Amino acid sequence: MWRRLTVFGGLCALLLAACSGSSTSIEDQAGGGGGGGASEGATQEVTVSCEAGQTDGELALYNWTEYIDPELIKKFRDEFGVDVVEDFYPNNEELLARIESGSSGYDVIVPSDYMVGIMREQGLLMRLDTGAIPNAENVSEEFASPPFDPEQAYHMPYQWGTTGLAVSLEAAGEDPEATWGWIFDPQMADGLDGRITMLDDAREAMGAALRYLGYSVNTTNESELQEAADLIAETTDRLAAFDSDQYEDLLVGEETVVAQGYSGDFFAAFDADDAWDDYVYLIPEEGAVRWVDTMAVLADAPHPCTAHTFINFVLDPENGAQLTNWTFYASPNEAAREFIDDEILDDPAIYPPEDVAADLEFLEDTGESERMFTDLFAEAKS
Amino acid sequence: MSAAERMSPTRPGGVTRRLLTAHAWLVYLFFYAPIAVLIVLSFNQNRMVGIWQGFTLDWYAQMLDNTAVLRAIRNSLMVAAISTVVATVLGTAAALSLERYRFRGRSAFDSVLYLPVIVPDVTMAVMMLLFFVRAADALFVASGARVGLGISTIAISHIAFNISYVAIIVRARLAGMDPVLEEAAADLYAGRWQTFRRVTLPQLMPGVLGGALLALTLSLDDVVITSFVSGPGSTTLPVYVFGLVRRGVTPLINAVSTVMLVASMVLVAASLLLQRRRAEP
Amino acid sequence: MAQVLAPPPPDETTASPGAEAGAERARSRLGVLIGLPPALYLVLLFVVPLVIVLVYSFATRGPTGQTILADWNVDAYARLANPLVREIAFRSLGYAALTTAICLLVSYPFAYFIATRPAAVRNLMLVGVMIPFWSNYLVRTYAWRVLLSSSGPLSQLTELLGFGQTRLLFTSTAVVIGLVYGYLPFMVLPLYAAIERIDHALVEAARDLYASGARAFWKVTWPLSRPGVVAGSILVFIPTLGEYVTPAILGGSKTTMLGSYIVNQFLSARDWPFGSALSLVVMAVMLIATVVYFRTGGRTL
Repeated sequence: MWRRLTVFGGLCALLLAACSGSSTSIEDQAGGGGGGGASEGATQEVTVSCEAGQTDGELALYNWTEYIDPELIKKFRDEFGVDVVEDFYPNNEELLARIESGSSGYDVIVPSDYMVGIMREQGLLMRLDTGAIPNAENVSEEFASPPFDPEQAYHMPYQWGTTGLAVSLEAAGEDPEATWGWIFDPQMADGLDGRITMLDDAREAMGAALRYLGYSVNTTNESELQEAADLIAETTDRLAAFDSDQYEDLLVGEETVVAQGYSGDFFAAFDADDAWDDYVYLIPEEGAVRWVDTMAVLADAPHPCTAHTFINFVLDPENGAQLTNWTFYASPNEAAREFIDDEILDDPAIYPPEDVAADLEFLEDTGESERMFTDLFAEAKS
Repeated sequence: MSAAERMSPTRPGGVTRRLLTAHAWLVYLFFYAPIAVLIVLSFNQNRMVGIWQGFTLDWYAQMLDNTAVLRAIRNSLMVAAISTVVATVLGTAAALSLERYRFRGRSAFDSVLYLPVIVPDVTMAVMMLLFFVRAADALFVASGARVGLGISTIAISHIAFNISYVAIIVRARLAGMDPVLEEAAADLYAGRWQTFRRVTLPQLMPGVLGGALLALTLSLDDVVITSFVSGPGSTTLPVYVFGLVRRGVTPLINAVSTVMLVASMVLVAASLLLQRRRAEP
Repeated sequence: MAQVLAPPPPDETTASPGAEAGAERARSRLGVLIGLPPALYLVLLFVVPLVIVLVYSFATRGPTGQTILADWNVDAYARLANPLVREIAFRSLGYAALTTAICLLVSYPFAYFIATRPAAVRNLMLVGVMIPFWSNYLVRTYAWRVLLSSSGPLSQLTELLGFGQTRLLFTSTAVVIGLVYGYLPFMVLPLYAAIERIDHALVEAARDLYASGARAFWKVTWPLSRPGVVAGSILVFIPTLGEYVTPAILGGSKTTMLGSYIVNQFLSARDWPFGSALSLVVMAVMLIATVVYFRTGGRTL
């Protein structure tokens, strides 16, 4: 009898896997998403109708670590009387993995520019009800019509910044060269005794290697990608770790002396430990990545109206400024400028001038080649 | 030979003895030093855990104020309570049916019961995640209801592996039990249920409690499986600490860890005392 | 656990063989009834998920990493032959073997020592071993992270002694230390149980026959304690193979072991078919190892 039971169980499993699978397989549902996404086909999109300031339950926020002032969360909680549940991810790919599998339970996510394009295509995002986000008019012209979502229908910009290198002046000397060679050049890196970290992020790490080799961070050329991966594989022995979460703490805590990371993270750490004189943030001459992070609402968000209200809340001038003053990243919010600390507005590392900006590239969706980045990076890391 | 008849190893003399004693002390040091350091540093005033800067209770205060921690504690306790109770009942039933009865399919059941113990954490986590994803899908297709990952999915997963552990322990106990008492009860015309409740169960209790304690520990300890099948707001304490360790090391984690340590030690001490009390006639 | 089945007491004396058979069937039905709930639970929530994983391992991976349950193929299994997978597998085996060896070396004298203590001290010592074990596994691993960091207590100690800073965190040494720390009790307890069971009269006899202390140990004690050695080794080796948490916390995602590699397939790498295939293979290996252990007459614990 047990044997029959087990056979029955096996059939159940196959049934579960096969029949529900076919109803959400990608062929049937162009842009359907991997797990019972609310959109039912290529023609229908998920929309919702909300009033400005309306809430329908608690907010489930899935964000990068240390990317929002806890005081802001508290402010939101108090102002609208709803609970906020936060979860964190270290990079866009993990975000995508979590969301793709369906029924994640989150309302608002904070994907980077290129990830918005990818998620849109898979129908994972909800079309925003702009009526519920009056503060959208505060967004600066520069960010109002990005290539990955020209109508700004699926996202609102959150923060923008650059990815570069921070080095300890003690280890690198008073005026260190602004180059990725601190990581990749054996001559420069060997003296650092393995106290280097890189971001645990396929696009960012490969991006740095690609620029160092003279290629674009958005290349789809297989041999170029392989070269970059090989470079990283070579470098792995010289690294302490691949870390996207606490590389700035490791740096300031003197566990490492060179770290690849996001501009704001470094500045926040320097500020917290008053270490401005001991470290410097460099945008390498070979080029680096600049990015815009955005706020988006998931297609199957359980509390879409609260989500819209939150996005509107963040786009408020004072809140936007409070955010930047805490994260040390640049704000896409024009109206927030008057409330941002002067020292942040004046810092060229945070708001880079034209000539530096020319060296910077935005990450773009590479379509079919996305997989290559993640695969090659995973291989190189191991 | 019974323990009484058997000769126990003679205590080694001289140099060997001193070496062994020193070795034992070193092992204990190895066991307890990290824990001691952990506890001491939880009172560190410095944000950077390793460098001592002064005594403070701030981190403990912060812990009480931190909604995420409190939520994680609540989740851990809920999941542990549910999974321990259900797994103990089911595991005891499984042990009873396998040990005391004969029926077709017994050996198949026997083998399936041991699988969860052998399956590595990671595989189990993957299994449960895929299962819940597909089940949620099927449910959505069938009824339009949207179910997400959360406390229930965590509890369900914990029960799945705990049943086996409980069954193993209860079976060991059952196997060592003398059926004489039960036969005596039957001779005195006691019904089957009466026999079970009045004779079998009390004798079985230490095994059942041992199994329950193990299930509780495993549930509270679990990281990998839980992190795969939890959703927003259903993070348990070890998963939360795991996340904290990856995000930023401050003495807050030490404070949380110390509380967890003390709590589990109290739990074990209590259960040992309880067992001691039960053993006494 | 392989015990003689104690025949349950009959509830009434019967005269006819037909009634006897009926009682037998009734008992059998009762057994099924009691065993049904756990069996159903296990089938639904263990066997079914297992089969689903099997199904997924034959699925296709979409362009951005979604899993497409169509176009069944064995690509995932083919990828197992990849040299990288082999490298990671060997590395994990290496770590597991090293951890097991160290645990054995450390535990044996320790367990032997405990076995030679008087009963009261013995129990106390065993409880002393168990207490850290009862605390949360994650917490204990984190404790090592604190201990081993460059500015941590160990480093400060070595600095004081003039050895300079120790940089153990994020190295393979740290991972091994963490693994040994986590699994040591799993080796100590079976060893202790086995050593404690040995009848020392046998050793005495060997000594009477003019064997030296060391010879007596090798020829008598060690072989008799072998079941404990094997049990402990299995209990340490198998879980260490699939370890994920310790390398993640102490190894800084540089020492990729099987566990981390599998988890990565489901997170950043988003290749669920491959991750499924990998987890199944790891499980199969462990299953085979356990079966071999039982077949070669290993006693249950």
